[in-house]
Amino acid sequence: MMILAEQMGTLEKLLDVCQKLLSGVGASLEIFFLTLLFALPLGMLIAFGRMSKFKPLSLLVKLYISVVRGTPLMLQLLVVFFGPFYLFGVRTTPEYRFYAVIIGFSLNYAAYFAEIYRAGIQAVPKGQHEACEILGYSKTQKFFKVVFPQMMKNILPAITNEVITLVKDTSLAFAIAYTEMFTVAKQVAASQSTIMPLFVAGFFYYVFNFVVAFVMEFIEKKMNYFK
Amino acid sequence: MKLLEIKNLRKSFDDLEVLKDISMDVNEGQVVSILGPSGSGKSTLLRCMSMLEKVDGGTMVYCGKTAVDDAKYLPKKELKEIKSYFSLVFQNFNLFPHYTVMKNICDAPIHVMKRNKEEVMHDAEVLLEKMGLAERADYYPHQLSGGQQQRVAIARALNMKPRMLFFDEPTSALDPELTAEILKVLKELAEEKMTMVIVTHEIAFARSISDHVVFMDGGVIVEQGDPADVIDNPSNERTKAFLKKLEQ
Repeated sequence: MMILAEQMGTLEKLLDVCQKLLSGVGASLEIFFLTLLFALPLGMLIAFGRMSKFKPLSLLVKLYISVVRGTPLMLQLLVVFFGPFYLFGVRTTPEYRFYAVIIGFSLNYAAYFAEIYRAGIQAVPKGQHEACEILGYSKTQKFFKVVFPQMMKNILPAITNEVITLVKDTSLAFAIAYTEMFTVAKQVAASQSTIMPLFVAGFFYYVFNFVVAFVMEFIEKKMNYFK
Repeated sequence: MKLLEIKNLRKSFDDLEVLKDISMDVNEGQVVSILGPSGSGKSTLLRCMSMLEKVDGGTMVYCGKTAVDDAKYLPKKELKEIKSYFSLVFQNFNLFPHYTVMKNICDAPIHVMKRNKEEVMHDAEVLLEKMGLAERADYYPHQLSGGQQQRVAIARALNMKPRMLFFDEPTSALDPELTAEILKVLKELAEEKMTMVIVTHEIAFARSISDHVVFMDGGVIVEQGDPADVIDNPSNERTKAFLKKLEQ
């Protein structure tokens, strides 16, 4: 009887932890989706800047990518959050905490996406460009009709990698005290003196990434109609 | 009527002069073959004609319109029309892998030339029929053999309704069996009096199909004229040496 009661107690605790963590999952999902929403297109613009024939622009963008990739995301979040006040003396509103997270994540991931796009674009064979030239396609037509679809296929595995990393990186929002799932897990772990919530959080990330990988694999298969 | 006149064309890659003072003409309905050892500049010449490479010197006149005058190109807008006078078939086909055969053939006529869609599709069907690929309209390039892909590429070029067609070693990426299919297609086009310029290594074929043969070596045209003269009785030492090597 004692053992059963103890087990019931553990199960109840587990459910309680799950419930608490679920309250933070929304915030994690929000960071995840909003970052993708902004970083994916922004990365394209950055990639164009990086490949621009106008040297000052391409150098500037190169520097941007170099700094973003060469410094911790956590530090970048701090800069975005505190920068307006320390650099310009602007008083930020409480809502800014959330915006800072999205801005920081988007700027960071866009740099990585940009390099992936660049690799994907450069992997499109020269012959494809020449065929477009001979057929008289405009630059815009060439990009949307020929380069973009082939680039997408080239880069999907690399994008999957990045997206999976993003899922786990959402936990870095704690750096500017934005509460998402892992922050909750740590709080619960501290208050109940157990590391069990951290494992539950780990399980949640895993499930999330399992879904991400599944979806990406599905898209990859959809793109397999050409080689 | 002259469809293409090239005068004193020069082209360098950095310090390397690959084309030195090239002059040649292509008349309407003529098949012109460009022969020569690798590195002789024959592909570069064809790419200059196709405007994939910019010349450093010389004049090019297409259907009576001067596109390049002493290495100065017409403005883009005016060039656009001139570029529609010709099309090019590549050694590696360069079909769009994500488009079906039909879309490969129809997309540019519809979206670049702004021709009527039904008409373009109808023309494409006729062309595919002619190429023996009527059943393959909905296939993707990777589902076809090299020979079939090249035939699609020829159909794609023809559907642009060019006045002349350039071929850059159209059979070099194919094995002998598939080469024969492409040569047959070229022969049919020649019989229909399609104006063609062909860079090729197939000497026997060039001899049988061409009205005019250009032999290049070291960036210059060493000999040009009637195929019987150039190939059977070459007067130039370099032509002789090249043809002899091929016989061995």
